[in-house]
Amino acid sequence: MEKLIEILSSIHPDVDFENTVDLIDDGILDSLDIVTIVTEINDVFDVTIPAEEIVPENFNSAEALFALIEKLDEA
Amino acid sequence: MLFTSYGFVAFLCALFVVYYVVPKKAQWWLLLGASYVFYAFAGLECLAFILVTTVSSYFIARVMDGMRRREEDYLTVNRDKMEKEERKKYKTAAKKRRFLVLIAGLVLNFGILAVLKYTAFALNNVNSVIGLFGGRRISIPELILPLGISFYIFQTMGYLIDVYRQKTEAERNPFRLALFVSFFPQLIQGPISRHSDLAPQLFAPHKFDSRGFGYGIQRILWGYFKKLVIADRVMVAIKFLLNDGAPMSGFYVLLLILIYSIQIYADFTGGIDITIGIAEALGIRLKENFKNPFSSKSTKEYWNRWHITMGTWFTDYVFYPLSVCKPMLKLSKFSRRVFGNNVGKRIPLYTATIVTWFLTGLWHGASWNFIVWGLLNCAVILVSQELEPLYKIFRAKFPRLTGSWGYGKFMAIRTFLLMGLIRSLDCYRNVRMTFSMWWSMISKQNIGRVFRQFGAMISSPEKNTFLGLSLSDCIIVAVSVMTVAIVSSMSAKESVRERLYKKPVLMWSLCGLLFFAIILFGAYGIGYDASQFIYDQF
Repeated sequence: MEKLIEILSSIHPDVDFENTVDLIDDGILDSLDIVTIVTEINDVFDVTIPAEEIVPENFNSAEALFALIEKLDEA
Repeated sequence: MLFTSYGFVAFLCALFVVYYVVPKKAQWWLLLGASYVFYAFAGLECLAFILVTTVSSYFIARVMDGMRRREEDYLTVNRDKMEKEERKKYKTAAKKRRFLVLIAGLVLNFGILAVLKYTAFALNNVNSVIGLFGGRRISIPELILPLGISFYIFQTMGYLIDVYRQKTEAERNPFRLALFVSFFPQLIQGPISRHSDLAPQLFAPHKFDSRGFGYGIQRILWGYFKKLVIADRVMVAIKFLLNDGAPMSGFYVLLLILIYSIQIYADFTGGIDITIGIAEALGIRLKENFKNPFSSKSTKEYWNRWHITMGTWFTDYVFYPLSVCKPMLKLSKFSRRVFGNNVGKRIPLYTATIVTWFLTGLWHGASWNFIVWGLLNCAVILVSQELEPLYKIFRAKFPRLTGSWGYGKFMAIRTFLLMGLIRSLDCYRNVRMTFSMWWSMISKQNIGRVFRQFGAMISSPEKNTFLGLSLSDCIIVAVSVMTVAIVSSMSAKESVRERLYKKPVLMWSLCGLLFFAIILFGAYGIGYDASQFIYDQF
């Protein structure tokens, strides 16, 4: 989780990613941010997030995103 | 059958009555029949194309669905016999097979769209190259372009991709899919719906709900007001400024940018209001396609508020798949190794953004104007992205200024003008002419002449017009635009109709006023053409 928070904070240092739960709904992350995050996750976690998983539910919070990474890693 | 024709209004009234009289189970059959009757008015040959898309998509989705079920059955039966790696391998191979079926569906349908919409454009470009070498030109075939084909093909291909991604169920009944593809209110200019949102509503029974029905009728009236009182009236000024291919330059270009922004907004949002209103009167809620786009403070925000369903279509089905596909991730790794992290990580992201905007431009029309339009939007978004650190410093240094009401308005006006400038590519014959018109705004000083013409209309309105508009036209347009602006800004805070619902007398008085405004001030008669919507041609 720490690594993920590091990735997210490098894109938006001013956002409290540990407590924010509306990253997409509140427009904090846009499509360009999402692609950067997916690319970084691919590098750091060696997990490929497919396009169909790029939905608000998976990107609204760091927790949801981490759960997705774990799910994809186990699949 | 145009939305603005009397025939359509009669068709709609009859449909509303029959829809709530027939048994609930038959309502969607009625909608299917009505949709095909509506589309048949566009020409019987158009029906053939929509049928090809419907039938092919039905079978492609069913095949993918069947394959997925067999995969699941196989995995259930053999779960204990297979290792984790083996299961993973099987799933990957099975997904690949389904992907090939999906590709077949996409190639067939986008192929039809490409041939009908882009053949002439492609051959014209080939002929230009051949002409340089003195070769013989290829004759250009005349192909029909079925009404709304870009919209219904995009909606249906979205359905196929969603079935492949297991985001929605494949339709088992071909007639149900036929209704999803052809649902008449949104057939010709969107919004582009998702199957998982629209299908459950289309096939659910709908009881008559006076509140929902009333809201629908109000929204329809509001749409007709924008279309007939504003958009069609200012079209006279647009035609005047474009002057049959010899457009007026200098300060007139700025006027064109302003007036065309008003026209396309009133035309497109008016059409969408009619669409959403009809659906609402039938008990069906469609996605909103606009959220006060002219209040946007940046291009990125503008594109989150304008033609939203098209934007999200391109984001979900083009931009994301392209950005996160394996070759792009490889390109990302390679470019970071070669150019360093800072530059390298931008290369795949920018590639995907440019491709997406190129296709968005091409979707709008088969001409270089639209392609340049798409690429200019892309350039503005990417440059803004790059300048974001500077904006941050500026905001930190001048927090009071950047947080003020005036600065917000300045940003909104700047975005409005910039988007209007790029949008003016729709109006001029070609890209070169557009650029020369833009340049003339700086190089040609004719502002005095414009004001003299305006003054002449004010001083003797019986003798003079301004840009082809009489004084009364200008007053009607000004009052109507202000009305729309006030209502839009009020509805950004709280739904205007919800507020009015609490005061029924006021609500229905305003509706009556709106109705008479459409009858009295709608642009009909000689010199006007209650014309097709601009987005129909896309």
